[in-house]
Amino acid sequence: MNDKKTKRKNGSAGPATPAGAVGGPMDVGMVEKLVRLMKVNDLTFIEVAEGDRRILLKRGGETVTTFAAAPAPQPSAAAQKAAAVEPPNEDEGLIPIKSIMVGTFYAAASPEAPAFVSVGSKINADSDICIIEAMKVFNTIKAECSGTIARVLVTNGQSVEFGQPLFLIKP
Amino acid sequence: MFSKILIANRGEIALRIIRACREMGIKTAVVYSTADENAAYLKLADQAICIGNPPPGDSYLRIDRIMSAAEVADVQAIHPGYGFLAENDHFAEVCRECKIEFIGPPVSAMAALGDKVQAKKIARKAKVPTVPGSEGAVDDEKIALKIAEEIGYPVIIKAAAGGGGRGMRVAHNNVSLRAGFQAARAEAENAFKDSTVYIEKYVEFGRHVEVQILADNHGNTVHLFERDCTLQRRHQKLVEESPSPVLREDVRQDLCAAAVRLVKAAGYTNAGTVEFLVDKDQKFYVLEVNARIQVEHPVTESITGIDLIKEQIRIAAGEKLGYSQKDIKRSGHAIECRINAEDPARNFAPCPGTILELRLPGGPGVRIDSHVYAGYRIPPNYDSMIGKLIVHRPTRELAIATMRRALREFHISPIQTTIPLHQQIMNNSNFLSGDVDTGFIERSLLGK
Repeated sequence: MNDKKTKRKNGSAGPATPAGAVGGPMDVGMVEKLVRLMKVNDLTFIEVAEGDRRILLKRGGETVTTFAAAPAPQPSAAAQKAAAVEPPNEDEGLIPIKSIMVGTFYAAASPEAPAFVSVGSKINADSDICIIEAMKVFNTIKAECSGTIARVLVTNGQSVEFGQPLFLIKP
Repeated sequence: MFSKILIANRGEIALRIIRACREMGIKTAVVYSTADENAAYLKLADQAICIGNPPPGDSYLRIDRIMSAAEVADVQAIHPGYGFLAENDHFAEVCRECKIEFIGPPVSAMAALGDKVQAKKIARKAKVPTVPGSEGAVDDEKIALKIAEEIGYPVIIKAAAGGGGRGMRVAHNNVSLRAGFQAARAEAENAFKDSTVYIEKYVEFGRHVEVQILADNHGNTVHLFERDCTLQRRHQKLVEESPSPVLREDVRQDLCAAAVRLVKAAGYTNAGTVEFLVDKDQKFYVLEVNARIQVEHPVTESITGIDLIKEQIRIAAGEKLGYSQKDIKRSGHAIECRINAEDPARNFAPCPGTILELRLPGGPGVRIDSHVYAGYRIPPNYDSMIGKLIVHRPTRELAIATMRRALREFHISPIQTTIPLHQQIMNNSNFLSGDVDTGFIERSLLGK
C-alpha cells in the first residue's frame, strides 16, 4: 500500500486514492490540526500516515476520508513536518524572555537545588529565573517582566547565544 | 594543530578564514551580531553564535561575549581578522590567559608596535629610517609650533592611537597648525578615547609602500615583498598592487630587509605589515607596523602563491615556516580594487541596503573575495567594503587590462559602489605610467 506522504497546493491532481473502510476510533484532534494546517498553508489535499492509521483530507467541499492501512513504517517526515509547521496558536500572546548573554543555561542554583522556575511559576521583574554561566562566572538572570511561565525553551546545561529565547511568559 | 577555531569577525574576512579552515580540516565557529543573522556565510561555518545587537560596541567588540562564545564552542584558538579587536592587546592577553590561542603576534610586540610613538623608538634602534618629527607625544601647542618650524612645513599631526586615516591633520603654516592641532586632538579623543598626538614631516607626493612579513615562533622571519598602496582617498586605500611599479630593485631589497629588521627587533611573530612612505627620490621612512592580517593580503598571496591565513594558523599552532627567504619567489603582477558600497556622486556617502542584482566577473586571473550575493542586505553599522576584486597576470599591462574587463563585467544593483571610480583609475594615464602619489586621487580624479 502506498503510504507516501503528499501535500498538494491549489488543486493539482493527487494520486487516485480509494476510500477505504474506517478502522478504529478517529483522531479528531489530529484531524482538527490538519484542517487548520491546510487553511493556513492554503493546501487543498493532505495525506498523513502514522502507524496503521492514514488520514486523507481534501478541501473545497469534498468528503473527508480516513481509513486504516496495512502496517506502515514510522511517522513520515511529512507528518512530523505537518506537526512542526502547525501554526503555534498556543504560543500566541506569549512573551519570550531572551538571553542577554552567551553561555551555558542552568535551571537551578546548583545541581541539588530545585529549578528557579517551572511552567506555572508566577514571576515579577525581580524574580531569579535561571543562571547563565560564562567563563566560570555564574550570572543569576532576572525576569525583568511579570507573568506566569508558560514554556521553558531550553534544557539544563544547554549552550545559549545572545537573543536566544529561554522562556515564554504569559503576561 | 587546532581542531576548532572561533572567528571573531564578520563579512568577507570571516568568510576568508572559514575557507582556510575548511581546507585545513579545522572546524569553525563564527560570531555574529543580529545585523548579520541572515548572512549566508554563517552557514559555511560549523557553528554560528549570536553575540549581540548591531553596534560593534554591543557585539564584535564585546570581549566578554566573544570569550563566552569561544568557551561554548570549545575552541582552541581565535582568529580576530582585521579591525575590531585584531590589534587590541588586551583582547590577545585575555585569550591567552584563558588558554585559547590568539592567532596573531605576542602581546608585548603588539603593544609596543601599536603605539606609534613607541614604534618609532624601536625603528630607530633597528636602524630603520623614520620620518623626521617629534620625539614623542606633543601636548602643547607652543611645542607643536616649535617642532614644526624645526622640521619644516608641511607637517602632519597624527593620533598616537589612531588608524584608518583618522585623527590626522596636515598643516602648511603656523595658522593651520594651531587649528589642526586642536582638531586632531579632539578627533582622537572622540574616536580612540586618547588625545595623544605627535607631529611628523609631511612628505608630499609620497608613495605608500608596505612590506608583508611572516615570522614563526622558532626565530624565522621572512618578507613576502611589498605592496604599493599609494592610491587612497581620505587616507583609506582604494587600490593596491604588487610589485610596486616604480621601486628600483635595490630600494626594494633595502625596504624589505628593513621591514624584517624592524619586526625582529620588536619580537614579532605571525603575520604583519610594515608601512613605509617613499619620497620622489626613493628614500623611504617607516610609518607604522600593522600587527594583523590586512585587507589587501590577497595581492601578496597572488604573487607568491603563499596562503597567508593558513600560515597565520600554522604559526599560531607552533609550526615552523616550511621555507626560508630564498625559497620565496614572486611571479607576475597583482592588483586589488576595494569595492565599497559608497556613492561617488554623493561624496562617497555609504549605501547600505539590499543588493537585488549581482553578477560577478570571472575568467583567467580574476579572484573575488566577498561575502555578498543577490538578496544580501548590507547593514549600515559596519564599514562599507563589500568585496575585493583581485587580478593576477604575468605583467602589469595585462593585469590592468584584465582589471578593466573585470570591472566592466561586475554588475551590482541598485547599490552604488566605487566600481566607476576604479574604472576611471584603470584608464588614467598617471596610474598607467605609475606616476601617482598619496594625494593623487583627491587632487586629480576628485578635483579637491
